[in-house]
Amino acid sequence: MSASTQRFPLASRILHWGMAVLVLAMLLIGIGMVSTTGPDYYRFLSVHRSIGIAILVLVAIRLINRAINPPPPLPRDLPGWQKALASVSHWLLYGLMIVLPIIGWAMLSAGGYPILVFGVVHLPAILPHDVALFAVLRTLHTVFAVLLFATFLAHLGAALFHGWIRRDGVLESMA
Amino acid sequence: MPYVEDPPAAPVPPEDHPPGESTLALLRRHSGAAVGIAVVLAATVGGFAYVGGFLTPDRLGADKIANALEATGGGAHAGFRRAHAKGICIAGTFTGTAAAARGLSSAGVFDGRPVPVTGRFAEATPDPYAKDPMVGVRSMALRLQPVGGDEWRMAINDTPGLHVSTPEAFYENALASVPDPKTGKPDPAKVAAYLAKHPESAAFLARMKAKPLASGFANDSYNSIDGFLFVAPDGTQRLVRWTMQAEAPFATLTPAARAGRSANYMFEDLLARATTGPLKWRLVATLAQPGDPNRAAEVWPADRPKVDLGELVIDHVESEAMGNCRDINFDPLVLPAGMLPSDDPIPFARSAVYATSFRRRTREHTPPSAVANQSAGTRP
Repeated sequence: MSASTQRFPLASRILHWGMAVLVLAMLLIGIGMVSTTGPDYYRFLSVHRSIGIAILVLVAIRLINRAINPPPPLPRDLPGWQKALASVSHWLLYGLMIVLPIIGWAMLSAGGYPILVFGVVHLPAILPHDVALFAVLRTLHTVFAVLLFATFLAHLGAALFHGWIRRDGVLESMA
Repeated sequence: MPYVEDPPAAPVPPEDHPPGESTLALLRRHSGAAVGIAVVLAATVGGFAYVGGFLTPDRLGADKIANALEATGGGAHAGFRRAHAKGICIAGTFTGTAAAARGLSSAGVFDGRPVPVTGRFAEATPDPYAKDPMVGVRSMALRLQPVGGDEWRMAINDTPGLHVSTPEAFYENALASVPDPKTGKPDPAKVAAYLAKHPESAAFLARMKAKPLASGFANDSYNSIDGFLFVAPDGTQRLVRWTMQAEAPFATLTPAARAGRSANYMFEDLLARATTGPLKWRLVATLAQPGDPNRAAEVWPADRPKVDLGELVIDHVESEAMGNCRDINFDPLVLPAGMLPSDDPIPFARSAVYATSFRRRTREHTPPSAVANQSAGTRP
């Protein structure tokens, strides 16, 4: 067990928890903004665009950091199917953290919207103004967001399973 | 490998699962913790469900308002905007009166250089094939695109204010206006009950009755309806409303003459006028004085200071088709730097509902507009 009590490097832990807050905030803001017609709709939408781009930048930094600082190995006695699930869910999280902001950006491009982030930066359109594309991307944005939420739940459940049930040091390695 | 080891003082997690124990057996042995995890996950889902409004069906989301708008039109008209469904595209230029306008707002659209404009004239009806003599509210929607991408969009009406001041009242009014399937008309009892509860709507209807209807789009003037904040270069914020004031002389039709006009006469007249030369409006801001109500159903006193912000010249009119104004969401909260939403609650709801309408209609096949395959004016 002592091998698995290796902690993630500090840079990895900072990126993990910083992005955890941002992703959770994004999911909450995303689901909240489409449910209201009050002033929060506008505020949330502005923040949502900015955090989305921030996540896209951070996930790139994170992948570079991961290449430099690989994560500690999972416990040797973890069943193979759980190791496989861990690997799939982690790459799914990375994939969705990359794809969701890009779809958001592409969707606003195809919808003919200006894309203002951090209150001052106008991002260029990455797709032509095409509402049929907008319609597809807008649907995908929701579908992938739900998938990200489900993956986040699985990640949270698995982390607690390691921390509270297996007590194998995996949760502590990210603490 | 720069792994960081736990400090020696940190407790080492105890070995807690005999080799070969199945995950199921492990969960059973720790059923308390397993229940704890289930509770955490359920609480997380519950929290999201609450934020998303799934636990509060009374919350007024954009889908509810869009559904109500569809119901007022006797059901959704696939492919079309859920409000102001019957329209035509326009294009031209806006030129700001640099000094006067910039004294009010630092927005780039006012810097005096010509700004390309695309837009749309429409009638306030959920029916894209409504008969023009039957519709009493007209609108102008504009997208101003200055160099640098700091866009300004607006959707403005020829009405003296709006019939409601809150999204909630808008929703109630829409529900009360849903046509009875038997008569094809709104239930008078529901309308009366709504108006009794909402004197601001009754006052609006009285103003509408007193206002003569313009004979066409080109000689009509359009009001921002809502209040917005203009931010001057020195940071001063002022509450304003604005009007696109027609330069063409106002004219009206007698009710009898109007009733005799064709189903698309507003659009045919506009196309005919555009062939004779550009159509022009002056953009005029009205400045609120302290205490003026920032509520869309309340009009401000007539003596409020006005500032000429520039001139809109429309030199091209074209039927709605893919790639022109049809595919633009004229979201009133697409504002350039130098303008901000105010505490008028209506624009937030308009922004949310327009986005819902846009999302719905872009997924649908769009049949041709009532006025199709026609254009007039100087541009290709």
